[in-house]
Amino acid sequence: MKAVSSQVFILIPGRTTEQGTSVGDKASPEYRSVTRLLRMNPEDMARLGLTDGAQVRLRNAQGEIVVSCVSAKDELPPGVLFIAYGPESSKLMGGETHGTGMPDSKGIEVELTVAGGSPGRE
Amino acid sequence: MEGEVRVIEHATCTFCGCVCDDIDLTVEGNRITKAKNACVLGKAWFFEYPTAESRPEAMIGGSPSTVGEGIEEAARILTSARYPVVYGLSDTTVEAQRVAVEIADLIGGCLDTTTSVCHGPSGIAFQGVGEATCSLGEIKNRADMVIFWGGNPAESHPRHFTKYSVMPKGMFVPNGRKDRYVVLVDVRKTPSARAADLFIQVKPRKDFELLWALRALVKGIEVDHGIEAETGVSLATLRALVERMKRAKFGVFLFGMGLSMTRGKHYNAAAILALARDLNQYTRFVAKPMRGHGNVTGADNVVAWATGYPFGVSFGRGYPRFNPGEFTTVDLLARGEADAALIISADPVANFPQSAIEHLKRIPTIVLDPQASETAKIARVAFTTAIYGINVAGTVYRMDDVPIRLRPALSSRYPSDEEVLKGIARRVRELRREALSA
Repeated sequence: MKAVSSQVFILIPGRTTEQGTSVGDKASPEYRSVTRLLRMNPEDMARLGLTDGAQVRLRNAQGEIVVSCVSAKDELPPGVLFIAYGPESSKLMGGETHGTGMPDSKGIEVELTVAGGSPGRE
Repeated sequence: MEGEVRVIEHATCTFCGCVCDDIDLTVEGNRITKAKNACVLGKAWFFEYPTAESRPEAMIGGSPSTVGEGIEEAARILTSARYPVVYGLSDTTVEAQRVAVEIADLIGGCLDTTTSVCHGPSGIAFQGVGEATCSLGEIKNRADMVIFWGGNPAESHPRHFTKYSVMPKGMFVPNGRKDRYVVLVDVRKTPSARAADLFIQVKPRKDFELLWALRALVKGIEVDHGIEAETGVSLATLRALVERMKRAKFGVFLFGMGLSMTRGKHYNAAAILALARDLNQYTRFVAKPMRGHGNVTGADNVVAWATGYPFGVSFGRGYPRFNPGEFTTVDLLARGEADAALIISADPVANFPQSAIEHLKRIPTIVLDPQASETAKIARVAFTTAIYGINVAGTVYRMDDVPIRLRPALSSRYPSDEEVLKGIARRVRELRREALSA
């Protein structure tokens, strides 16, 4: 897939059990941690030399975030990323709704780079 | 009283759109200690609600105030604004929602709910296609084919499988799971795939193409083998699925935000609604959106029966007009148009696009929330309100538009959303009368 070789990925933010049980307190360490964890296809991770817990930077025209990645095992095909809904995923969402009221909130194109340094830079 | 143990039977959980009303809550003193029948999300809802009653009832500009002072300031902001928006409403009672509609009407503002960033596109599609629909009870008692599309109920609606759609024994499906054929169509192989007989992995952003190919096959129109390269799903798989759909006695599509939030949005939702409609040439088929928040369906109902439209409404000309993309909150904020906002039980600062958040921080906002949400933190006027379902009685709508009563377990020192909104509405009316007679 061309998207993978150029390190452009499709990001799908969505609900998870852990996000749902911690959403009642968005200041909690649990919520902050589950909404900063990126799931990746293991082949993509191997190709980029990433292991569980490595920091990656996601960037598009809207913004940029640094999050930890973890293997999605067989959940995701190559080229697709998943992150739990939260303040981090929202930073990559644009305000254009194409006349619907709904911004593009899933299937967002992002450029992924391996990030050095400390996690969770804001 | 401290130490006293009470059981509230058939309490209602308002965390998600399932609105389970079979929860037995055990209350010890002023804490809920057991929530029998609740799922993992419901338990978190009942056990981890904000308990610190130290937060002021109201704050103006970050300083504690009385509810009366908050209402006065809120009414002043709303009556002096030229293009205000009333937003949120998916986590409060129907009784509060109808007062919010009244306020939007009084101030000539826009009225929008979290539906616009949830299944709003599905709402647009309903208007274009119509809705072959049913209740969750009908799914439980009749559905022998259940197709989940672009959703992950195992994590978002954990009891949906066992109460309604996959496991339960019903009148015409007496053997429960054995009598149902369950399909999941999604980009991700989520935990919901384990509940399915067939998992179909569609390429990202190719749902519309897959649904349109299925519509063609249902109608007997030939589809090219190239559909596999386009969608990731073979023609043989699609043909077999169509055969099975036509053979089903009662089929149902339950679709999630994988359709409404992905490029195509209302076209994706319209495609699945049209496919369900087409299948009624052969058998009974319905399509239902899986709704998220506890009373987001109530918000759609209240706004629709009050204004004629489900969300994205403007009262600017003195009568309701509907225009998603113009009167919806993300657009009003991202374009820098709204000059004040009344936000009820929603947290746009935590989940809106940055351009919308930046504008929200620039304008005066009035926020009603049980907790110090990210949006409450930036509010000009912040009210701490009691929690619906836990502290407050009233009505909510389940995801299938069935209204259900709440049975609160605990009292609260805070006012309900309805009480605060009624205070604001009363004061807005007075200020308008004063302005007219001046």
